[in-house]
Amino acid sequence: MKWLPATISGRIYASLLLMLACAPFIFEWVHQPFYLDLLSRALILAIAAVSLNLILGFGGMISLGHAAYIGIGAYCVGIPSYYDYYDGWLHLALALSVSASFALLTGAISLRTKGVYFIMITMAFSQMVYFIFLSLEEYGADDGLVIYSRSEFPGWLSMDSSSGLYYWIFAVLLLSLFFTHRLVHARFGRVIVGARHNEQRMQALGFNTYRYRLACYVISAMICSLAGMLLGNFTGFISPDMIGWARSGELIFMVIIGGVATLFGPLVGTIAFVLLEEFLSAITVYWHLIFGVMLVALVLFGKGGIHGWMSMLDRRSADNG
Amino acid sequence: MDWNLLITQLMNGLQLGLLLFLLASGLTLIFGIMDFINLSHGSFYMIGAYFCGTIVTLTGSFITGIVVGLVGVFAVGALVERFIARNLYVRDHLDHVLVTFGLILIFDTLVHLLWGPSGMAIPLPDVLNGQVGLGSLELPTYRLVIIFAGLLVAAILYVLVAKTRLGMLIRAGASNRVMVEALGVNIDRLFLFVFALGAAMAGLAGMLLAPITEASLGMGNDIIIIALVVVIVGGIGSIKGAFYAALIIGMIDTMSRSYLDQLLLLVMPGNYAETAAPALSAMLVYILMAAVLAFRPQGLFPPAGVKI
Repeated sequence: MKWLPATISGRIYASLLLMLACAPFIFEWVHQPFYLDLLSRALILAIAAVSLNLILGFGGMISLGHAAYIGIGAYCVGIPSYYDYYDGWLHLALALSVSASFALLTGAISLRTKGVYFIMITMAFSQMVYFIFLSLEEYGADDGLVIYSRSEFPGWLSMDSSSGLYYWIFAVLLLSLFFTHRLVHARFGRVIVGARHNEQRMQALGFNTYRYRLACYVISAMICSLAGMLLGNFTGFISPDMIGWARSGELIFMVIIGGVATLFGPLVGTIAFVLLEEFLSAITVYWHLIFGVMLVALVLFGKGGIHGWMSMLDRRSADNG
Repeated sequence: MDWNLLITQLMNGLQLGLLLFLLASGLTLIFGIMDFINLSHGSFYMIGAYFCGTIVTLTGSFITGIVVGLVGVFAVGALVERFIARNLYVRDHLDHVLVTFGLILIFDTLVHLLWGPSGMAIPLPDVLNGQVGLGSLELPTYRLVIIFAGLLVAAILYVLVAKTRLGMLIRAGASNRVMVEALGVNIDRLFLFVFALGAAMAGLAGMLLAPITEASLGMGNDIIIIALVVVIVGGIGSIKGAFYAALIIGMIDTMSRSYLDQLLLLVMPGNYAETAAPALSAMLVYILMAAVLAFRPQGLFPPAGVKI
C-alpha cells in the first residue's frame, strides 16, 4: 500500500487529520456538541501555533508577543461588525493588511535585536497593542465587545452553524500547514533555517538574512491574524484579554509541547494543551499547579515534545525492521 | 498650577521608582550574571507580601513581619535556584521563559491553596499610619518610610557591590562570567547567593507595597513586566542602570498618568485627548523600551565590558 505514510508517526498524523475531518459527524452521532466547540477552539489556537512555529521553530525568533496578531485579527472582525459590516472578505482583507503592516513596522525594529532583546521587544509591542485596545472606549475597552453575527462569505460555506465554522477552521488549518510545508522546503525556508543555525555563513553566501527574517515575520503574523479572525467569529466576543503577555506565553508552550520546528508539532501540541487544560480544570480548581509542574518537567526532562517521542517510535520500528 | 499636587505626584513617582528598583536590581543581577531570564521574579514579590502579612497577623509586629519575611523569601529563592534554575543556565533563553512561566503558575496556585483566593490586608502600626506636615502639604508617613527604605537598600546594595570582595565578584561575573569561573571562584555558591538576594529584594518590595494595596494573587505578574523594562532600559547586569531606569520609569509612569491629558489638550480637541491620554501613558514605558532597544540595545548604563 504505497499511499500509506512510511513511518509510524506519519501514519498517526494522517489518521489524526482524518479524524479531525470527520469530527463534526462523530460528535453529532454521539450527541456531544460541546466537544466540537472544544476542538474548534483547539484548532484555531493550532493555526496560531503553526504561525508562531514558523518564526520560533524554523527561524529561531522567539516572540513573546504573538498573541497581538490574534487580537488584531479578532478586532478586524469585531470593529466592522460593530458598524454592521458583516462582509467576510472585508474582514479578511482588513485582518491581513493590518497585521501585515503592523508586523512590517514592528518587525523592522525588533529584528535589529537578537536573543533576549528580541523576546523583550516583541513583548513590548504586544503590550502596546494591548493598551491601545484597552483604551478603545467606543469598542468596549476592557469589557470587550460582543459580535452578534459571524462573517458572511456569500456563495461559500456559511459560518453560522458550528460544523460550518468548524470546516472553515479546519480548511484554514490545512492551508496553513500546507503553506508552511512548502515554505520551509523552498529556497526561502532554507535561508531562514540556515540563518538560525549560522547567520554569518548565510550572510557570507550573500543572503540578506535581515530581509528574509522580516518577510518570515510578516507572513507568520498574517497567518496568525487568520486565527484571530476565526477566534472572533467562534467566541462572538473580543476583549483585550486575548492579547496579554500570558496568552503569548501559552502559545509558545503549545509549540513546545508538540515539538518545535516540525510540521505537525504545533497541531498536536495545541490539541494536547487544550485537552489538558479542559480535563485538569474539571478535576480541581487548583489545576494550574499540576499544569505548571507538567510544563516545568516537560522542559527539564522532555526531549523534543510529542513529536520527539513519536520519532523515537519511528526509530525503534526502523531498528527492528 | 497646583504645586501641592505636583509634589505629591513627584513623591509617588519616586516611591514607584524605588519599588521598581528593588525588583529590578535582583532581576538585572540574575540576568547579567547567570544569563537567566526569570519571569517568575514577580512571584517572590507576591510571596514576600504574603509571608509578611501572615507574620504581622500572628505577632502584631510589622518589623518582625519584614525580617521573618525576608528570611523566608531568601530561602524560597535559594530553593528555586538550587533545584530548578541551576539546571537551566546552560540551556537557551526559550527554556528559561518556559520554565519560569510554569513556576508562575505553580506559585500562584500554591498561594491560592495556602491563603485562599481573596487578598490579605496588612495592618500598619499606628506610628506609620499618620500624616507628616511639610508646610501646607500633608504626606502619609508610610510613603516616606517606603522612600527612605528604598534609598537605604539602594545605598546598602551600592556598598555591597562597589566596596566588598563579594561585590567585586558579582561585578566581575556580570562582565565576564567565564573568566570568574576560570579564576577559581566557587561559582555555584555565588549564583545561589545572588539569586536568593534578588528574591529577597523582590520580596521586600512586595512587603513594602502590600500595606498600601494588599497582598493579592498574581500581584507580581503585572509589575514583573515593568521591572523587565527597567532592566532592559538600564542595561542588563547594571545595578546603577537599574537604579536610574527605575526612577525614570517610575516618574514617567506617574507623571504621564496625571499630566498627559493636559499636555495632549494643547495639540488635539478635548474628547480625543481624554481617550488617548490613558492609553498613551500606559504605553509610554514600552515606547521608551522599544526606542532604547532600537537605538542603544545595550541599555542606557551597561556594565563595564559589555559589548553588543
